[in-house]
Amino acid sequence: MKSEPHVALSEPVSDEVRKTTCYMCACRCGIDVHLKDGKVRYIEGNRDHPVNRGVLCAKGSAGIMQHYAPARLRAPLLRTGPRGLGQFKEISWDEALALATGWLDGVRQADPKKLAFFTGRDQSQSLTGFWAQQFGTPNYAAHGGFCSVNMAAAGIMTIGGAFWEFGAPDWDRTKLFVMFGVAEDHDSNPLKIGISKLKKRGARFVSVNPVRTGYSAVADNWIGIRPGTDGLLILAVVHELLKARKIDVDYIVRYSNATWLVMDAPGSADHGLFVRDDSGRPQVFESVTEHVVPLGTKGARAALSGRVELPDGRFAVPSFQLLAEKYLDPQYAPEAVAPETGVSADVIRGLAAEIARVAFDEAITIDQSWTDMNDERHEAFVGRPVSFHAMRGLSAHSNGFQTARALHMLQVLIGAVDCPGAFRFEPPYPKPIEAHPTPHGKAEHFGSNKPLSGPHLGFPRGPEDLLIDADGKPMRIDKAFSWDAPISAHGLMHMVIANAHAGDPYPIDLMFLYMANMAWNSSMNTAGVIKMLEDKDPETGEYRIPKIIYSDAYSSEMVAYADLVLPDTTYLERHDCISLLDRPISEPDAVQDAIRWPVVEPDRDVRGFQSVLIDLGARLKLPGFVDSRGKALYADYADYIVRHERRPGIGPLAGFRGSNGDRAGRGAINPEQLNRYIENGSFFSAHIPLEAQFFKHANKAYQDFGVRMGFFDEPKPVIFQLYQETMQKFRLSAEGLREPVAPETHRERILATFDPLPVWYRPFEEAAVSREEYPYHAITQRPAAMYHSWGSMNAWLRQIHTRNPLYVPGPICDEIGLVDGDWVWVISHHGRIKVEVARMEAVNSSTIWTWNAIGKREGAWALDKDAPEAKKGFLMNHLIHELLPPKGDGMRWSNSDPITGQAAWYDLRVRIEKAERAEVSEPHFAALAQPGGGGPHVEELRYGQEWAK
Amino acid sequence: MTSLPSLPTPKKLGLVIDLDVCVGCHACVISCKEWNTGGYGAALSDQDPYGADVSGAFLNRIHTFEVVPEGGQVIGEAGEARIVHFPKSCLHCEDAPCVTVCPTGASYKRAEDGIVLVDESKCIGCGLCAWSCAYGAREMDLAAGVMKKCTLCIDRVYNETLREIDRVPSCVRTCPANARHYGDLADPGSDVSRMVAERGGYDLMPEQGTRPTNKYLPPRPRKPLAASAGSAVLAENTEGAKGFFAWLDGMLDRI
Amino acid sequence: MHPAFSIILFTTLSGLGYGLAAVLGLGLLDASTLSAKLAHAGALAMIAGGLLSSTLHLGNPQRAWRALSQWRSSWLSREGVMAIATFVPLTVSAWFAVIEGRYLPAAGLIGAVMCSITVYCTAMIYASLRSIQAWNSGLTPLCYLLFAAAGGFLLASVAGYSSSAGGTICAAIAIVFVMAAWVAKYQWWQRLRTLAPLSTPESATGLGNIGHVRLFERPHVNENYLTREMGFKVARKHALKLSELAILVGGLAPIALLLAAIFAGGAVALPAAALAALFYALGLVVERWLFFAEARHAVMNYYGG
Repeated sequence: MKSEPHVALSEPVSDEVRKTTCYMCACRCGIDVHLKDGKVRYIEGNRDHPVNRGVLCAKGSAGIMQHYAPARLRAPLLRTGPRGLGQFKEISWDEALALATGWLDGVRQADPKKLAFFTGRDQSQSLTGFWAQQFGTPNYAAHGGFCSVNMAAAGIMTIGGAFWEFGAPDWDRTKLFVMFGVAEDHDSNPLKIGISKLKKRGARFVSVNPVRTGYSAVADNWIGIRPGTDGLLILAVVHELLKARKIDVDYIVRYSNATWLVMDAPGSADHGLFVRDDSGRPQVFESVTEHVVPLGTKGARAALSGRVELPDGRFAVPSFQLLAEKYLDPQYAPEAVAPETGVSADVIRGLAAEIARVAFDEAITIDQSWTDMNDERHEAFVGRPVSFHAMRGLSAHSNGFQTARALHMLQVLIGAVDCPGAFRFEPPYPKPIEAHPTPHGKAEHFGSNKPLSGPHLGFPRGPEDLLIDADGKPMRIDKAFSWDAPISAHGLMHMVIANAHAGDPYPIDLMFLYMANMAWNSSMNTAGVIKMLEDKDPETGEYRIPKIIYSDAYSSEMVAYADLVLPDTTYLERHDCISLLDRPISEPDAVQDAIRWPVVEPDRDVRGFQSVLIDLGARLKLPGFVDSRGKALYADYADYIVRHERRPGIGPLAGFRGSNGDRAGRGAINPEQLNRYIENGSFFSAHIPLEAQFFKHANKAYQDFGVRMGFFDEPKPVIFQLYQETMQKFRLSAEGLREPVAPETHRERILATFDPLPVWYRPFEEAAVSREEYPYHAITQRPAAMYHSWGSMNAWLRQIHTRNPLYVPGPICDEIGLVDGDWVWVISHHGRIKVEVARMEAVNSSTIWTWNAIGKREGAWALDKDAPEAKKGFLMNHLIHELLPPKGDGMRWSNSDPITGQAAWYDLRVRIEKAERAEVSEPHFAALAQPGGGGPHVEELRYGQEWAK
Repeated sequence: MTSLPSLPTPKKLGLVIDLDVCVGCHACVISCKEWNTGGYGAALSDQDPYGADVSGAFLNRIHTFEVVPEGGQVIGEAGEARIVHFPKSCLHCEDAPCVTVCPTGASYKRAEDGIVLVDESKCIGCGLCAWSCAYGAREMDLAAGVMKKCTLCIDRVYNETLREIDRVPSCVRTCPANARHYGDLADPGSDVSRMVAERGGYDLMPEQGTRPTNKYLPPRPRKPLAASAGSAVLAENTEGAKGFFAWLDGMLDRI
Repeated sequence: MHPAFSIILFTTLSGLGYGLAAVLGLGLLDASTLSAKLAHAGALAMIAGGLLSSTLHLGNPQRAWRALSQWRSSWLSREGVMAIATFVPLTVSAWFAVIEGRYLPAAGLIGAVMCSITVYCTAMIYASLRSIQAWNSGLTPLCYLLFAAAGGFLLASVAGYSSSAGGTICAAIAIVFVMAAWVAKYQWWQRLRTLAPLSTPESATGLGNIGHVRLFERPHVNENYLTREMGFKVARKHALKLSELAILVGGLAPIALLLAAIFAGGAVALPAAALAALFYALGLVVERWLFFAEARHAVMNYYGG
């Protein structure tokens, strides 16, 4: 027998490893980029990184193909043909920046609000927002309005923090984990790591989702709920818990507003508001001495029930009494909600029983003494090891805000917020609403050449904070913070193009977008949006949206609609900071932020968008970007990251501050800061002392830690707002009892939906269209291997999802005679699409679905014209309108949550009809040209062949 | 060289795949591709990478199955139709037919650790080994004309230039759900062997007589939520809202 | 299995070639006749053509010589070795026939035995694959051998009729082998169409204890090497039709024509036998196409096929 061949077992992997932060999705994992011969050889997870601890998903591992994709733009582009054809010429940066500066300066001098600056999957909102503020336009937001503002706003307004990436289940201790409406998400690797830990420990994982893919596939229990009814399910669980007295009374008394007295004086301007003393302190009823006393009175035994007569003769009740009465009502009994939710009463009761059992019978303690904000010493942290997580399945509905509120209420009632085993805040959260700004953008907040007087986005405390004029007309182009969407804390990017096209509330001159594919998968009513972008005013012959500047690294569909394209770099070629001022990467036990840095140099004429923005800021001589002599303050984004200070000692990065680099949170500028980050693997982590790790909302040690770190300048504890006074203020306006008074048109809707206690109502589209005519729900799920549209130009990822079928429940297939490969028309009140179907059983029986954002426009993303993404792939977006069907009076509401304006793309109702088999899905759009001409056709890839051994 | 090792290999290096936690994210698929396209042997090519017929060589793929119990309810909460994500790569069989059918000796099973490899310099690209493999573990690289297969990242697992902790296959290192485990299945005391023993790890298609080294761990049994519906935890002890508030009042005294 | 043209051509041509060479080796034809000389040359040409055709699908044909090394375990290697070794007696026989016009019994008989072994090796390449249950049967080599023999006698009868000697005896034996071959093939089909699958999606995934297993999503949307190579599927009703056609064209028609040749004799014999051979070859191509097209590979349990 011959000997075995020699195999080279110990070849070095690469010449060099550079550690940076991934940007193949929003998860922000640490990556080790291996470089060989100046090329990227291999990307793996950074084992030391707190987010991903060495693991990396398919997207992250496919970074090589993203970086070397032919879809990358090569140089600035100036449109030469009509919009929407993709005809451009490449120009120099000098030319491009001069043009952009000219356009922007014209707007700024004349009327700064005529600039609409909106960013998509932007991880630099603290810079982009600051820039827009200095420019002086009120029209700035990122994409949260169509992403998940319901989740963010409901969380912050209820408990001072949201799920998202702002908190996490206590993966190491939780014994029951319930997840709502998540197929794949932000924090995707931490979720997978966490679920795996649960499974190993034998903890129970329940997933509530109409579709059983992704995480739901491995859940111990899958609740295949009917879309849009999660709120009802949660309130039924609350009903059961109240009935069985399985609530943590001590916890709600200490940490929530359950004891706060609510004025019971119907018809008066303070009905339903908290009773406060002259200094604004909420009042409680001291039940031993039977006196109304201010909150925080030492030794007071505050009542949770009972009607109290106030000194002025009026009456009040503790807010908890209103809560308990509301949810003890039999309308929330499991049997009562079963038909609407599609979840059997036994399952609902079983879920409630498991929550109660684990929370109270399996409570855990961590023997660590701590002190609360009332200076009371506790010997241990008591944990209720039930945790929750939720995202778009809850929030992308027109009842999403209240549904998310309901879920947070449930957590508070069982004492499971930021205790061991439960959902835990990640610094700088929790923050009380008082620590957030109110929105800025009223006419008096800005003017020609004048910065906006405060941040664009915030939380109105009541109707008085709305951005409306004296006639109640919206001040912002997206109508955020108007009566249409009073608490649109993330703006309404999805309404910008429609409103700008209609000149309602006013026309704009220039739209400046970054990384947002509004001409395709990021818009509802895509075909309509395309028309609006192409539409010209017949009188002037000018486009209705006269100028569009767009920045993107790839030839996305939106590029074809820009007049000037500023080509961005890839994530491997740029500086970035994942900042505590923005959306950091903290963990419940540690404060963390991170950077990206150019681990490879661009091989083409592209520039990082943030550096370009800073350059434009200097050219425009915006305050904050130039010194008193008009000289640029920052060389580029890297320089800004290091030297910009938002408050003295507080900059974009919290780590390695101070002249020696030994200060965390607060500290002087350290010119070596970025190098210190790079040495540390491109992240910074400061551990929270154990004493401060739990009950952060009321933990003295944590609050002191937060002050030291610079989250706030004085302690900002949070009292959970089960009863939401802000909502009631809007109701009073709708009743005509509070100024400003809500317009007649909006009153009924506000009264129905702005309940100060979480409430469920049927999603608007479902309520508006006939259930018989449109019997099914149509939703999308995010695939794990694709992030929105960012995967089709990637030769490896696109092989996984080259096209998307419409998944149809087996019983529906049988009813109308569908087999795999058949085609159907999917018809909504707004439009219809023709697509190929596939059968599925593990799905809610009235829900059809497909993967998100696989369909592409022919010619985009440098794909061949016959690419399956463009031929058979499709978007559900064509079926969804920005507006609801007209009501009797012809009035059309926006297809959004009435409180936050969150786009309600999961509300879609459809019917399906069998169609002739076909080769091309409909609608199909004319092919785009590859901007700049594109490169040679690639027949075959043999990446790494030069290293073959 | 195409004869299998005459004695059982002292080590049986292989993978244990946990179907209970695989969420089907394809991380292992792509990590495998990027490691191996610049590693052992020819690159893993992709044909028509940006066109209609895009297709490339992969050494590890995730299939997705739907499993419907006979007579099972299709919707609801438990015991009904479910999705199982199913990663699959070479199983490094003890009786590997792909080795014995190879006419050139390119395919071989290492006597030391049982890893099945292809010596690409000898491979004529006849494809018979792929035919012989019931599992679809072998794929021809159309650019190089040689057969590609999982090497168990042999250029990682013995690679002294890597930290010890990283000397595992790329797919194992990257798996976010920890669904993939690497080790010596000949050693009953190894983590992977213990896992197989505890969780009832099994062979794929034992009827093929290939004696795979890799094992699969089945989804764990699941207890329906509805079974807890009658639990005493929820026993109602409230006489409507009034009783509830009386109870609350009592609770306040205990705080 | 994908019915690759090069492989169908290879097994058909080499089968006929080896069959003819073996019959020639039995000495049933007068070696001095032109037709016998042509038959020898033709047999070698068919064998060589078949073997060359089989290298067409190789990824790296320049290394084909390596395929001779693994005869201890690999039927493909054995086939390669045997094919080359068989050339020795066949070339000797052909030399004597073509150059010297005489039959060399030792070379002829050794050649005949080695031809049979080579055909057996070819068949065993397929029959040894457990992953393809349709082929994994003793009936597979039996069919290959019988079809080779039938083809050999058929072609020999053509040579015989064209030279006046040995035609009828070859034709008579050919009828027996054609019948035997199709009877064996019928059995093969019967087995194929009634066998319970050795492996199923349930055994392939090990999830059968949970329920019925069905592919929901392929790992990658488009076809890959495996599905292109092994995912070919022919509808059952088409397969039935084609197998009937194969029997008609490759079995009944040649038998009828051979009977005509035997009993009508004279001027009819040669064209009838030639036509019979042609029909038989066509029938055989259909049979070989079905041999691949009908075979289901176990890997398709993972691909919903």
